[in-house]
Amino acid sequence: MANVLFLIDHDGSKVAKTAGELATFAKRVGSPVGVIIANSGSGDALASQLGGTEVERVVVVENDDVAKHGIAAAVSVLAQVAAEQEPSAVLVASSARGKEIAGRLALRTGGGVITDAVDLKADLSTTQSVFGGSFTVNAKVKVGTPVITIRPSSNEAGAGSGPASVEKFAVTIEAKDKTVTITNSQPPVKGGRPDLTEAKIVISGGRGTNGNFVEVEAMADLLGAAVGASRAATDAGWYPHTHQVGQTGKTVSPQLYIACGISGAIQHRAGMQTSKTIVAINKDPEAPIFDLADFGVVGDLFAVLPQARETIKSKRA
Amino acid sequence: MKIAICVKQVPDSWAEKKMVGGRLDRESVDAVLNDLDEYAIEEALRIIEPLNEGKETPEHTITLISMGPDRTTEAIRKGLSMGADSGLLVSDAALAGSDAVATAKVLSKVIQDGGFDLVFCGTESTDARMSVIPAMLAESLGWAQLTFAGSVKVDASAKSVEIARMTESGVENMSANFPCVVSVIEKINEPRYPSFKGIMAAKKKQIDTKALADIGIAAGDVGLSGAWSEVLEANPRPAREKGVKLEDAGDGGTKLADYLLEKRLV
Ligand SMILES: Cc1cc2nc3c(=O)[nH]c(=O)nc-3n(C[C@H](O)[C@H](O)[C@H](O)COP(=O)(O)OP(=O)(O)OC[C@H]3O[C@@H](n4cnc5c(N)ncnc54)[C@H](O)[C@@H]3O)c2cc1C
Ligand SMILES: Nc1ncnc2c1ncn2[C@@H]1O[C@H](COP(=O)(O)O)[C@@H](O)[C@H]1O
Repeated sequence: MANVLFLIDHDGSKVAKTAGELATFAKRVGSPVGVIIANSGSGDALASQLGGTEVERVVVVENDDVAKHGIAAAVSVLAQVAAEQEPSAVLVASSARGKEIAGRLALRTGGGVITDAVDLKADLSTTQSVFGGSFTVNAKVKVGTPVITIRPSSNEAGAGSGPASVEKFAVTIEAKDKTVTITNSQPPVKGGRPDLTEAKIVISGGRGTNGNFVEVEAMADLLGAAVGASRAATDAGWYPHTHQVGQTGKTVSPQLYIACGISGAIQHRAGMQTSKTIVAINKDPEAPIFDLADFGVVGDLFAVLPQARETIKSKRA
Repeated sequence: MKIAICVKQVPDSWAEKKMVGGRLDRESVDAVLNDLDEYAIEEALRIIEPLNEGKETPEHTITLISMGPDRTTEAIRKGLSMGADSGLLVSDAALAGSDAVATAKVLSKVIQDGGFDLVFCGTESTDARMSVIPAMLAESLGWAQLTFAGSVKVDASAKSVEIARMTESGVENMSANFPCVVSVIEKINEPRYPSFKGIMAAKKKQIDTKALADIGIAAGDVGLSGAWSEVLEANPRPAREKGVKLEDAGDGGTKLADYLLEKRLV
C-alpha cells in the first residue's frame, strides 16, 4: 500500500494529540508514515511519545533551520521527505501554520490542496463543513499528490502498537527558504485546562461576563471543559486572544458548547455552529444565539451557572 | 515603495447562501469587500501616509489587486475610497470555479509583472476561509512570508519588514527584506470609514481590468477545468432541530443541570 505522510505537530517537548488522529486517518487510505521536524537532538524524545498510536513508521528530521526560518523551511523539509517516500497523500492538522504549510507544499509538489476536512474516505475524498457550518461539501484533489489539512478532534485516534520504526532523514534547506528570520518566539500561555480544539466540552464567555470569567471557569473545571471567549471578550482584554472562538479565532466542534453572555454574531457562530449540542445562557430572549441553541436559558449567567454547578455536583454525588 | 494589496469581493456574511453544482451562487447574494482585507488596506495606508506627507507626487503607492467577476470593481472602489491609489482586476469567464492553486497563479502573475515591493493581504476570505492564499503567493513568487501579523513595522529605506506573528501557536517576532508577502490579523487596527472626500476622489481613480490573455495565462490552467481540486457534492446542513428555550424563574440553573445530566452530556 502506498505511503501516506502526515506531519506530527509538537511544541518542542510534547507531541500534539492530533498525531494519533492523523495516523488513524492515514491508515484508512494507506500506510501511515509520520514526519517529525525537530531541533537537533530532540527528535527521539518526541518519537518515543507515539507509543500506542497507529503511527507505523516515523521519519525524524532534525534541522535547526525550521525553528529559525519558519514555514518555508518546514515546507522544504516536507517536500524532500515526500520526494523520498512518494506518498499518495500528505495530511497536516488544521491550524494557521498547518494550512499555510499545506498550501505551499501543494504548489511546490504540484498537487491540489484541501483545507479543514473533517473526514477522509479511502478514495481520498474529503468532507468539509463550509460557510460557517451551513453547508457540507465533499471534495477531492484531482491533480498530483493531495495535500489535506484535517481539523483537530475530527476522529478518535485508534489504538495501535506504534511506532514500529523510527528513521532519521537528513535534509538541506536552501537559501530561498530562509528569507525569514524568527527572532523571538513565545508559546501560548497554557493553563491547566484542556485545549479548545481538543476538548469534548467548551464553555465560552462573552461581553455578558463583564470581564468576570470566574463562573465560566468554575463550570469549566467542574466539567473538564476548555474555556472559550467571544471577540468582544478578547478585545476587551478579559481573556487571551488564543481563546477566541469564531471566524478569526478557533473553530470548535465539541460534544457540548455552552455560550454564556454571547449574543451569537455570525462571526462567532462560524466558529461553533457545528458543535453537537449547544446551550446558551443570555439575558436577552431575542439574542440570535437562541436560534442555534438546543437548550437555552433566558437569564443572568451569574445566577444560572452557579446553580447549575451546584445541582450537577449534588446529583453526581 | 510600491505596495499591492490583494482584496476579494465576498458574499455578505449575513446573506443566506445557495450552492449550485458545488459552487457558491455568487449572483444571488449581496457582495461586499472582504472585511478582513480592510485591515490590510488600513495598515498599508498607515505605513505610506507619513512617508508621502508633503510630497507633490506620492512616492509610495498602493494598488488593490483582485481576481473576480466584473462587479468586483465595487469592492475595489471601496478600498480606493479608503485611500488606495489604483486598482487592478483580473476578470475572465474562464476563471469561474478557480481553486486556491489557480487563484495564487493569477494573483502572483500580476504581482510579479507589477514590480511591487510588498504585498498585503487579509488573513482569510470570509467565504472560502482557507487562509492559504498569502502563503501560496509567497511560495509562487519566491518572496518572504510574513503572515498573521498583529503588528507590522516597515523600514522603507532599509527595505525590511518586521512583524509579530500572532496565531494559536503563540507570538513569533520575525523579519525579512523586501520583497515580502504580509497578511494582517483583525486585531491590528481599526479600519477607517471612507470619508466623503475619499469617496469622491475614488471615482476618478483608475481600475484596470484585465482578461487572462492580457496577463499571459492560458484559460485551461485556471477555472473549473484547471482546478487541482473539485467539489463532488455540496449539501445544506440539515437545520438544527428547534431547541428548548426557557425563562429563568429562579430554577433555570437546576433545569439546565437536569438537561445536561439527562442527556449524559456531563
Ligand atoms: C472581521 C471580524 C471578525 C470577527 N471575528 C470574530 C470571532 O472570531 N469571534 C467572535 O466571537 N466574534 C468575532 N467578531 C465580532 C462579532 O461580530 C461580535 O461583535 C462579537 O461576537 C460579540 O461578542 P459578544 O456576543 O460577547 O458581545 P455582544 O454582542 O455585546 O453580546 C453580549 C450578550 O451578553 C448578554 N448579557 C449581558 N449580560 C448578561 C448576563 N449577566 N447574563 C447573561 N447574558 C448577558 C447580552 O444580552 C448580549 O446578548 C468579528 C467581527 C469582525 C468585524
Ligand atoms: N480572488 C482573490 N482576489 C484577491 N485577493 C484574494 C482572492 N482570494 C484571496 N485573496 C487574498 O487572500 C487572503 C486570504 O484568502 P483565503 O486564502 O481565500 O482565505 C484574502 O484576505 C485576500 O487578501
